[in-house]
Amino acid sequence: MPMSDPIIQVEHLSKRYHIGARERYRTLRDAVVDAFAAPLRRLRSFGRSSHRSAETIWALKDVSFQVHRGDVLGIIGPNGAGKSTLLKILSRITEPTEGRAVLYGRTGSLLEVGTGFHPELTGRENIFLSGAILGMTRREIRARFDEIVDFSGVEKFLDTPVKRYSSGMHVRLGFAVAAHMRPEILLVDEVLAVGDAEFQKRCLGKMQEVSEGGRTVLFVSHNMAAVARLCGKALLLTGGTCRHWDDVSGAIAHYLRSGGGGVASYADLRDAPGWQPKRQVVLTSVSTHRLDGREACGFNTGDGMLIRVGFCLDEWIPAYCQVNFMDSMGQRVMSVRSTHAGPPLELSGDGCIECVVPDIRLAGGEYSLMLEIGREFPHAEWLDCVPDAIRLRVALGDYLRGFELARGQGVLAQRSSWSVLAATSTPIRAEGTHGLREPHTEYGRLVG
Amino acid sequence: MTKTDMDVEISRNQGSVAGAGEVAARAPVVIEPGMGRLGLDLAEIWRYRDLLAFLTWRDVKVRYKQTVLGFLWAFLQPFTTMVVFSLVFGRLMKVDSLGTAYPVFVYAGLLPWHFFAESLARSSQSVVASSNIVTKVYFPRLVIPLASVGGCLVDFAVSFLILVGLMLYYGLAPGAGMLVVIPLVAVTIIAALGVGTLLSALNVAYRDFRYVLPFIVQIWMFLTPVVYPLRAVPADWRWLAMLNPMSGIVEAYRSAILGRPFAWGDLGVSVAVSVFVFLLAVVVFKRIERRFADII
Repeated sequence: MPMSDPIIQVEHLSKRYHIGARERYRTLRDAVVDAFAAPLRRLRSFGRSSHRSAETIWALKDVSFQVHRGDVLGIIGPNGAGKSTLLKILSRITEPTEGRAVLYGRTGSLLEVGTGFHPELTGRENIFLSGAILGMTRREIRARFDEIVDFSGVEKFLDTPVKRYSSGMHVRLGFAVAAHMRPEILLVDEVLAVGDAEFQKRCLGKMQEVSEGGRTVLFVSHNMAAVARLCGKALLLTGGTCRHWDDVSGAIAHYLRSGGGGVASYADLRDAPGWQPKRQVVLTSVSTHRLDGREACGFNTGDGMLIRVGFCLDEWIPAYCQVNFMDSMGQRVMSVRSTHAGPPLELSGDGCIECVVPDIRLAGGEYSLMLEIGREFPHAEWLDCVPDAIRLRVALGDYLRGFELARGQGVLAQRSSWSVLAATSTPIRAEGTHGLREPHTEYGRLVG
Repeated sequence: MTKTDMDVEISRNQGSVAGAGEVAARAPVVIEPGMGRLGLDLAEIWRYRDLLAFLTWRDVKVRYKQTVLGFLWAFLQPFTTMVVFSLVFGRLMKVDSLGTAYPVFVYAGLLPWHFFAESLARSSQSVVASSNIVTKVYFPRLVIPLASVGGCLVDFAVSFLILVGLMLYYGLAPGAGMLVVIPLVAVTIIAALGVGTLLSALNVAYRDFRYVLPFIVQIWMFLTPVVYPLRAVPADWRWLAMLNPMSGIVEAYRSAILGRPFAWGDLGVSVAVSVFVFLLAVVVFKRIERRFADII
């Protein structure tokens, strides 16, 4: 059976965005004025992009690759490299500026969890609505309804309006619906970044099931561990250009080696790439300090830390702010969120939020902070998110009596105290493999 | 056989892994700049008919949830308007009502007008209001204004029942001519869809339409023979009135409901204008549609 026919063929795909601080909606008034100023030019350019700003960025430039049926392709790269844009183009949500792509199979896109959910409708109604929006027919949704409810675990709340759901339930239901799409080509964008650990485990499990089922999957993620586990091939996108790898670990290693930026104690975020190409700038700066206020980018485990986040809003909002700590594999190992500490932050205008972490429990390594800020009421919705806002280094130091944690011993350094409650009076010494060793060599065991 | 085995089986046979009514081999999708025919792809909209139904159902459901009067709102607006107009134009100004009771006369005109005006109001905002799905999933965007017009159809049906009640109250028997209303509804849908689709696309590109629209609709109502009969317009200006597609349509509704002779010529002109606007709307919509996700 010839496997040579690609299911996705991408040739010289490019996408240009117009950006600029002065971008605003066109108004009729502008159109009318322009019509009088240069009537022919207006007519010819009607419907086409007519931004006056000359600032453009090429989100994708000359990207070409092939995907074969059954491939699970991981798309990795730094932020702003064009990964989400690529998926949007392949999902036919936005059109390319140049180049072309051909898809030889039914496509389903999972670019967001809970697409189409309406807060006033119940869980049951939203399953049908969201399913229909994602492209399933009424018959298909009805057939898979029970599975979807089972997977989401919200059976008890099926007939309550979704606006009453916790964010966890929201995310589980959204993913449950999307997970039951059965397209031939599945495009997934970073959905593993939301939700708690339990949810992420389920997501991964389902993705594994999908990929083992012979479907073609394109998976964009910052989570290198997930990419390494699920994908057979990788596409590394940097600054809009791409490179294809048949060896996923090689691609990951290459990406991590050339990882941009170093540790710093202050970063200006106004021009930093956000979660999506169009970013609503609310987060303006971030800095990390010791508890006494001095700026620092290196900390010891057990130390306290101050994180100051600058913001700029043009209205008053009851807000939450979340700082996610990502390790070098792109996995989120810790999150500190203002809602865990107290009532919503009242923010308006220009200002600065300070977060105090009294004791850092992270093991040694370099960590990247992802900042998120958003509205807490009437329901949590994020306004701005900057992945990789700033990096810092943590050293284990003396936290574990001078010992280091080996790779695979975990991301947290947890202190513990040990004592013997009972022991026999005579040590048992046997010849051969099961003997008790000399006491002083027990210490060697700690390092594993 | 576990589910995953079955899926592998299906994909190995290169059949569609979708549900039962799908065609096995689908033509490949080509994505390139300037793509898409500017015409109406009815086959695609038919494929997404379930989505159209769900979006319509969602609009109707959400509109009346958490309201005390629920569905009653559907007819309350044309009904109260009818009462006010009957007092002002019927009693006070004694406008010519073609020999029938003024309330029935004006309500017969308000019925299609209200459907048209509501459709415009809802569909013009529909695409912008759906920005959350437009930026995340693919489906033919034309479904969005279609669904909002569909939602207004439900209101129209409720108001129509009130009309029958009103006629009986004034001692007018609904005649066989009422059945002509059905094809007229189809014509009204095309008129509403035409202008609504055009507005929904233009509204994405030029956001100030939403402020201008209520004002335009109000003036438009007075330019349509809703509160007065078409014959009240002096013959010299009749051609101007006919440029308005709703003129012929509203007159035709009245003729059907009141059992009066039809002005086929007028209706014909209105139908032609409606169809023209609709086709123009589809072309404009398709043109701006490509940039929806980027500018919304």
